[in-house]
Amino acid sequence: MPEEKKVVLKIDQMSHSFGGLKAVSNFNLDLPEGVIWGIIGPNGAGKTTVFNLVTGVYRPSQGHIHLLGEEITGKKPFTIVAKGAARTFQNIRLFGNIPVLDNVRIGMHKNYRPSMFDCVIRDGKFRRAEKKMREESMELLARFNLHGRADEIAKNLPYGEQRRLEIARALATNPKLLLLDEPAAGMNPNEVDKLMEMVYLIRDEFKLTILLIEHQMRFVMRICEWIKVMDFGETIAEGVASQIQNNPRVIEAYLGKGVN
Amino acid sequence: MELTTFFQQLINGLQLGAIYALIALGYTMVYGIIRLINFAHADFLMVGAFAVYFFASFILTLTNAIPPIILFILGLIVALVAGALIAELSNRLAYKPLRYKPRLSALITAVGVSMFLEYFFASLPFIGPSFRAFPDLLKPVSFVVGGVYLNNIQLLDIGLAIVLMILLTFIVNRTMMGKAMRAVSQDKDAAKLMGINVERTITFVFLIGGALAGAAGILMAMTYPRIYPNMGILPGLKAFVAAVLGGIGNIPGAMLGGFLLGIAEIYATSYNSLLGEGIAFAILIIVLLVRPQGLLGEKQSEKV
Amino acid sequence: MKKVWRNLPTLRLLIYAVALYILLMLLSSGGILNDYLMIIINICLIYVILATSLNLINGITGLFSVGHMGFAAVGAYVAGTFTTLVWKLPNDGSVSTTLLFIVALVLGGIGAAIVGALIGMPALRLKGDYLAIVTLGFGEIIRTIINNIDAVGGPRGLLGIPALSSFTIIFVATVVTVLILRYLVYSSHGRAMISVREDATAADLVGINTTKYKVWAFVIGAFFAGIGGGLLAHLIQLAHPTQYGFYASFLVLIVVYIGGVGSMTGSILAAFVLTILEKYLLPMLLQWAGLGVEWRMVIYSLLLIIVMIYRPEGLMPREAKFMIPEDH
Repeated sequence: MPEEKKVVLKIDQMSHSFGGLKAVSNFNLDLPEGVIWGIIGPNGAGKTTVFNLVTGVYRPSQGHIHLLGEEITGKKPFTIVAKGAARTFQNIRLFGNIPVLDNVRIGMHKNYRPSMFDCVIRDGKFRRAEKKMREESMELLARFNLHGRADEIAKNLPYGEQRRLEIARALATNPKLLLLDEPAAGMNPNEVDKLMEMVYLIRDEFKLTILLIEHQMRFVMRICEWIKVMDFGETIAEGVASQIQNNPRVIEAYLGKGVN
Repeated sequence: MELTTFFQQLINGLQLGAIYALIALGYTMVYGIIRLINFAHADFLMVGAFAVYFFASFILTLTNAIPPIILFILGLIVALVAGALIAELSNRLAYKPLRYKPRLSALITAVGVSMFLEYFFASLPFIGPSFRAFPDLLKPVSFVVGGVYLNNIQLLDIGLAIVLMILLTFIVNRTMMGKAMRAVSQDKDAAKLMGINVERTITFVFLIGGALAGAAGILMAMTYPRIYPNMGILPGLKAFVAAVLGGIGNIPGAMLGGFLLGIAEIYATSYNSLLGEGIAFAILIIVLLVRPQGLLGEKQSEKV
Repeated sequence: MKKVWRNLPTLRLLIYAVALYILLMLLSSGGILNDYLMIIINICLIYVILATSLNLINGITGLFSVGHMGFAAVGAYVAGTFTTLVWKLPNDGSVSTTLLFIVALVLGGIGAAIVGALIGMPALRLKGDYLAIVTLGFGEIIRTIINNIDAVGGPRGLLGIPALSSFTIIFVATVVTVLILRYLVYSSHGRAMISVREDATAADLVGINTTKYKVWAFVIGAFFAGIGGGLLAHLIQLAHPTQYGFYASFLVLIVVYIGGVGSMTGSILAAFVLTILEKYLLPMLLQWAGLGVEWRMVIYSLLLIIVMIYRPEGLMPREAKFMIPEDH
């Protein structure tokens, strides 16, 4: 038994249904600190629903979610972010019509909050907060090689940079847990390799625990220390990459039942 | 409340509700198909009423021998045509250029069209802003059934509204055009790919919605025989509430909402005039807070 | 020196304001601007207050309120009732009328802000068209209630309001409103409001309490609308339910959308251009053309439709900042 690690995200018996459709059933997870774990599964398996439940977009019909030992089941999204969970989206959701810098600064808003009154009279508190927010945002953008783009309108960035900006914005909230929803979607193998490096780097640098959803098997199998496989809302398998690759149920979920 | 009073108010409520429902249908159909709150819709009713006014006055100067029922039927046709034409004209000139532009610009334009119609009619020297007496197309006939007073106009309002609604339901559910309408309201792009002529379908919706508003116009003018350029504003607003009450975009909802609102307003007015004046908006807010999708609407949720 | 640089945008704005004020005062005392023109300029300024405050709700926060004059009505009636009552009291001249008027205006603003909070609550659950509908309904309810309160004149309107809105007071109020709104927009709170406009769900998921900001937008927008209503009532010495119906709200909405939604500079310019057009240029033009003044609104609405068709984004793009520059 290795040394007991702190559990960042703990999910017990979580279920959720839309109307009659069970999107997630009996989902369990104990995500230790500092790992990179992945959830895979065919389309409609309920992966993104798990993210939505963890981040408070939906309230689970059953089960409990604990973040860093604190119950967050049914809490509002912004409170869950404040407690240390940040995410990106499958289809990029930036604040498109405003500058790149502002996208990151908005992520930082919850950490620096001069009151509205401070802002209106432009006092020292306001100026210090603005200065720090700007500096930290620029640092963060530099980290993602976006500092030259700070004043550009977000929606005008090329796709790859938008993906990076979304991660930068998530990190601006100063999270402990980062949920990445299909970070490699639409990337070529070369870009995927770079992304992989980046994920390792940010994990170490920002002391993150990462849970990701991905379709690109090459990426998942190489980066994830532990993989959960979902199909029709159920967890059908979990384990390290080699176990998953040879699991008959997983192969069946992806390829359909073989002919005997 | 005595039973006869109850029924008397019910009839009055149904009469008012019939007019609201006819207007509400236009709001809801246009909203359903292009997601536009067509603020000018209420003015189509006014245009219909004025068209009939001029038509009937003209006929009556020619001859007094025309049977009232023929005059009414001709007037109704004029109202339907005038309403349909003005609706399609606003669609063609003002809304169509903005079809793929931000939705808000179309909404502001609708406000502009509404203002234009009202001020234009009020500015025309032969119309002007003040009231005009609407000629009696049909001679009012009252009769009593079980202590409840009825008149032919009331029955006409309710009856004609119901006939038009049945016709509309048939068109929407049983004809190719109706099928196209439903398809376009679900997904404009997919409908286009299926070979549906989207613009023609939208035109059709404006024609039908406008015709119904025209019908509401002639009925309103016969019921409350004073017409003026701003006559559409208040019933338009109430009918809009009726559309929201039933579920905006939902055709049976608009019918139900119209009747319910008419009945509620009559009962509330008999109780207290302030309540009568404000009940529509109170209902509106309660509905939006409790069930924003309306009585018959379906809830829509966002995909994350 | 560095500090001056940092505050340069504000300084620039203030210099514009003072220069404009001096210019208008000179023109007015020199007799070039007659009383009628001064009233039009005062109305322009009040429209600036109404439009910029509505722009905070619709343009910055991305909500869709169409009942802005309902808030102005609350401000007008609260302030108007306050001053008419106070003016009946014996006054030995020890209390400054200007001070009393400011108190009245702020009370009107607070009254409107409370109503704004009440209306902002439904914003917790509604969006887009539904929110527009609910604000329209609330606006009409406010009007209906006023119409039925006999103590404030009911359908006759509130009469005998003292003429306290001087050009100076209106001008100062306008400058203060624009400054406060600008400071708010260019702060982290302003950015939070903008994030609600851009993508409320994403904003929620980067830690923005979107509900709170929606309500705040309504409260602040309503407060300034209330101030605008109070100024208007004390300018024309009357508050009447018909001034605050949904058509009046649409006129403010039009200023915001013609100016360019989200652009405060656009709102300010459009407030001037449209008010002068409607109240001065069009009547003049019509007189020259031999048409009655009633055609004014016909042409006005026609222009609105044409502008919307050819420039649906409004006259000023959102990024235009030359009058309201950003700090930093």
